[in-house]
Amino acid sequence: MARRSHVQTTINGETVEFLCEPRQSLLEVLRDELHLTGAKEGCNNGNCGACSVILDGRLVNSCLVLGVETEGKSVETIEGLAEPDKLHPIQDAFLENAALQCGICTPGFIMSAKALLDQNPNPTEHEVRYWLAGNLCRCTGYDKIVRAVLDAAAAK
Amino acid sequence: MRDFSYIAATTIPEAVALLDAKGESARILAGGTDLIVQVREARRDVDWMIDIKSIPEVNDLNYNATTGLTLGAAVECYKIYADDAICDAYPGLIDATQIIGGTAIQGRAAVGGNLCNASPAADGIPPLIVLNASCVIAGPNGLRELPVEDFCTAPGQTVLGKGEMLVSMKVPAPASNSSSYYLRFIPRNEMDIAVVGAGASVTLDAAKQTIVSARIALAAVAPTPLFAEEASALLAGQEISDAAIDAAAEAAQAIARPISDMRGTAEQRTHLVGVLTRRALNGAIQRVRETT
Repeated sequence: MARRSHVQTTINGETVEFLCEPRQSLLEVLRDELHLTGAKEGCNNGNCGACSVILDGRLVNSCLVLGVETEGKSVETIEGLAEPDKLHPIQDAFLENAALQCGICTPGFIMSAKALLDQNPNPTEHEVRYWLAGNLCRCTGYDKIVRAVLDAAAAK
Repeated sequence: MRDFSYIAATTIPEAVALLDAKGESARILAGGTDLIVQVREARRDVDWMIDIKSIPEVNDLNYNATTGLTLGAAVECYKIYADDAICDAYPGLIDATQIIGGTAIQGRAAVGGNLCNASPAADGIPPLIVLNASCVIAGPNGLRELPVEDFCTAPGQTVLGKGEMLVSMKVPAPASNSSSYYLRFIPRNEMDIAVVGAGASVTLDAAKQTIVSARIALAAVAPTPLFAEEASALLAGQEISDAAIDAAAEAAQAIARPISDMRGTAEQRTHLVGVLTRRALNGAIQRVRETT
């Protein structure tokens, strides 16, 4: 077995150190080593977006990043969004619009939406739909999700 | 996932020496959007992943209106379409970088990786072919350069020999009155693999009525992306007309040798080559005419 590597990274603003095997994805490190289970494993091949996190400011599928690649980098996950006494505006908008049913895809959608609004605070519906094309939802039919993201943008 | 070792190389000689020593058991890791899936699904036996993203040369993204573009092998799609000068100079390349996967894939995936993965359906390769791009390859015997259309040799196979790695692509500066276009057919709006892809570049005369030269390239209709050399040559010196474009599209269809699979039949793909070649050519011509 390849030696476990020591990795130091920043997760949701805090410096975190962990040991992982090279073959462990960032998703596996988050969930199995660091017990941050917000990011979900859906397809594990980059199609569904349930594991979406923000790596150095860019949206990525954490199933397609190796844990060892995050040395010195900054990772944002769903766990870092809410403040102790209040939800993030995107989370509020998802609740208000009932933009989730089973909830498995929701952390990915919210991180994807955050990455969008961070760089484009006033997207059109078309831009929202294209940006979110890599996040799949089998419950909602997407319309409520798109409306929630547009509402979150308008609320800012 | 299969057990493997990971090394982050920091120089090209270091990466080349590792590749040379490890041979077939080593594989370059850039964006990982193909490689990690292939290893996880046991489609590739890799004992060593050599991460090249800390090597400066593979991160080069340098456009100059006189000398052209140096596109490092590990430059992610999003960095390419975020650069306004590159968008203006090479719109056909931008078409492709915006449709490879979704946002999260474009945050990691590199056009150089698309090339090295050597899928017949790769969206990133036809634009490079029509833009006359070349590959800069480093190996144990130094650097060599060859046209992109000669890089892929079979599905998943490239000209890269033992110890060799792709460093960058070089794209010549666009001629005046030229532009490029890439499109693909997929049954969905986004997040799919090309049934057929077609790219075109054209250079027009000053009056924008005559085609000085053109290049056409196709994806997903042969074991490798194809440069439609004869179809391209037919257009040189032709006044722009439906007849000239139809003739080029027919010549492109003549070199397509598609298979039938779950994405489409050979017959449908051959038909699509005609449709998409016409659209790519007309799209590139339209772009030249829109810019003054």
